[in-house]
Amino acid sequence: MSSAADTSKNYLNHEKGLWSWLTTVDHKRIGIMYMITVLLFFAIGGAFAMLIRLELFAPGGTFEAQVYNQFMTFHGAIMVFMVIIPGIPAFLGNFVLPLHLGAKDVAFPKVNLMSWYCLIVGAIISFISLFYHGADTGWTFYTPYSIQTDNGTILLVLGAFVMGFSSILTGVNFVATTHRLRCKGMGFFQMPLFVWGLYSTAILQVIATPVLGITLLLLAAEKIMGIGFFDPKLGGDPVLFQHFFWFYSHPAVYIMILPAMGIISELITAFSRKVIFGYKAIAFSSVGIAAVSFFVWGHHMFVSGQSELAGVIFSFLTMLVGVPTAIKTFNWVATMYKGSIQFQSPMLYALGFLFLFTIGGVTGIMLATMAMDVHFHDTYFVVAHFHYVMVGGTLMAIMGGIYYWFPKMFGKMYSELGAQLSFVLIFVGFNVTFFPQFILGAKGMPRRYHDYPEAFSFLNSVSSIGSWTIGLGFIVALIVIIHGLLKGAKAPDNPWGAKTLEWQTTSPPPHENFYTDPVVTGGPYEYR
Amino acid sequence: MAGHHQLNFKVLRNTLFALLSLTILTVLVAKPVSGFDAGMFNFVIAMGIASLKAGLVLAYFMQLKDDNKLYLGLMISCVFFLLLFFGLSFIDIISRAPVDSTL
Ligand SMILES: [Cu+2]
Repeated sequence: MSSAADTSKNYLNHEKGLWSWLTTVDHKRIGIMYMITVLLFFAIGGAFAMLIRLELFAPGGTFEAQVYNQFMTFHGAIMVFMVIIPGIPAFLGNFVLPLHLGAKDVAFPKVNLMSWYCLIVGAIISFISLFYHGADTGWTFYTPYSIQTDNGTILLVLGAFVMGFSSILTGVNFVATTHRLRCKGMGFFQMPLFVWGLYSTAILQVIATPVLGITLLLLAAEKIMGIGFFDPKLGGDPVLFQHFFWFYSHPAVYIMILPAMGIISELITAFSRKVIFGYKAIAFSSVGIAAVSFFVWGHHMFVSGQSELAGVIFSFLTMLVGVPTAIKTFNWVATMYKGSIQFQSPMLYALGFLFLFTIGGVTGIMLATMAMDVHFHDTYFVVAHFHYVMVGGTLMAIMGGIYYWFPKMFGKMYSELGAQLSFVLIFVGFNVTFFPQFILGAKGMPRRYHDYPEAFSFLNSVSSIGSWTIGLGFIVALIVIIHGLLKGAKAPDNPWGAKTLEWQTTSPPPHENFYTDPVVTGGPYEYR
Repeated sequence: MAGHHQLNFKVLRNTLFALLSLTILTVLVAKPVSGFDAGMFNFVIAMGIASLKAGLVLAYFMQLKDDNKLYLGLMISCVFFLLLFFGLSFIDIISRAPVDSTL
């Protein structure tokens, strides 16, 4: 290859036309396709959230109970299966992983494209149920109600089943890529920590998702053909459904949060201009969280009729998750200690993550305590807790990651001021929305109800106002991104002065990522 | 290419015979066929033979025995998580309070 390679060609203009995108096997283009779909789904799921908060703004209410139940079902199902699960691995991970490893692409590029189509087909099936009878079970599809309710639920269940394949295929691809395609000189301990996060996530996707697939198929079989798995009338066990469901869905929480933690590791070290503190501790704690996440699912079932013995075991095991999580948090804080911290927008999101995720994590330990959970179960305390983890954790990391890698993706810079404004709106709005829900839950307001007594009205109004602030923040963020795409200044190859491999190629990268095969001689974070 | 193994006909044939003999054994120890009855261990014996057969298929037909140990590790971890899934679920089911309990 000549030393003066043609840098006007990149992956964005390598081929032209919609068809070249729909049939691409370039991991960067597939990542961008995931970005567009995930942002679209996020807008739809967000619209349902706004409708929920509108209904709950004041007692009495605007919508009928049945309609409200569909709002909260679709909000949950869309946000979980179509936004947060594919959000980091399939979108940011797809774009960044091969670049991080110094590879030309993922191990199975065509499988990668197929995973995107699985998501699309599954999403279409799910959305059909919106217009065909709807679904009103909540995203958890608990039996026996999901068996008795209207048939629209089957479509949502089957849609989630198909989307599961998308997740499995991405996981298989990332495991193979991490093992086989690291560039010369890159051992496992020279990999950036985002790769460790994605790798642990991929293991979870491969091992846990099939269980969800089988469970949802059993549910559909019971509903369509009347085979008794979960209905006691037919000899089944409804609690068994919860076991099956949470065997997947608790690890799914870590499918959402582990890659987010990987992004945070990247951001904190890059914007502190300092080598990460405790590389191996962070790397192994990712794997540790992934492993422990399989022993803890029963903490969702303390009041389900599960036996006391099982409850005690699950309560104890759940607390173990706190150990590797705290290891990570302390290491991030120690990384910032005496670093030259730059408060640019990706770093703001990383700091927002630290603050919000810690609240989400510590309230998680509270809920893991069985005696407390008996009171908090199915109240707004739980809703606030998992939004602090999912939104305060994962979504903060997605936003930080978008602003961090945006210059690399599109070769353009965005308005830093606009990005900071959107951060402030989202961060403040988030706390105004969800902190009151801790108080509401502690006072006993149950979740998933479309109405409430007068006593809860003030805090609910505050929460709804907060949700509009979040909505405004995301609209600002969207404007910043679109403005950056259209009018942004040309981005340098390495705008943040970061050390990982993706910043050593051009912005945007060429079709095959690097002009010369990269060789690694040291760790990923050798700042000083 | 490195990593490709020579398929040894003899080994494959012997594995096939072993599998077939174990199948015959499964039938022979079934109570309706031979009258053999080990009480509650009937199930243990049947599942033990089946596990042995699955192990032979994995070791020789799928060549996990001589291949990269990573694949063996992946297989074992999958089985481990499956047992964990069954095990923890069954701890709940066998230790639940009976239906007529006043707890
Ligand atoms: Cu959980």
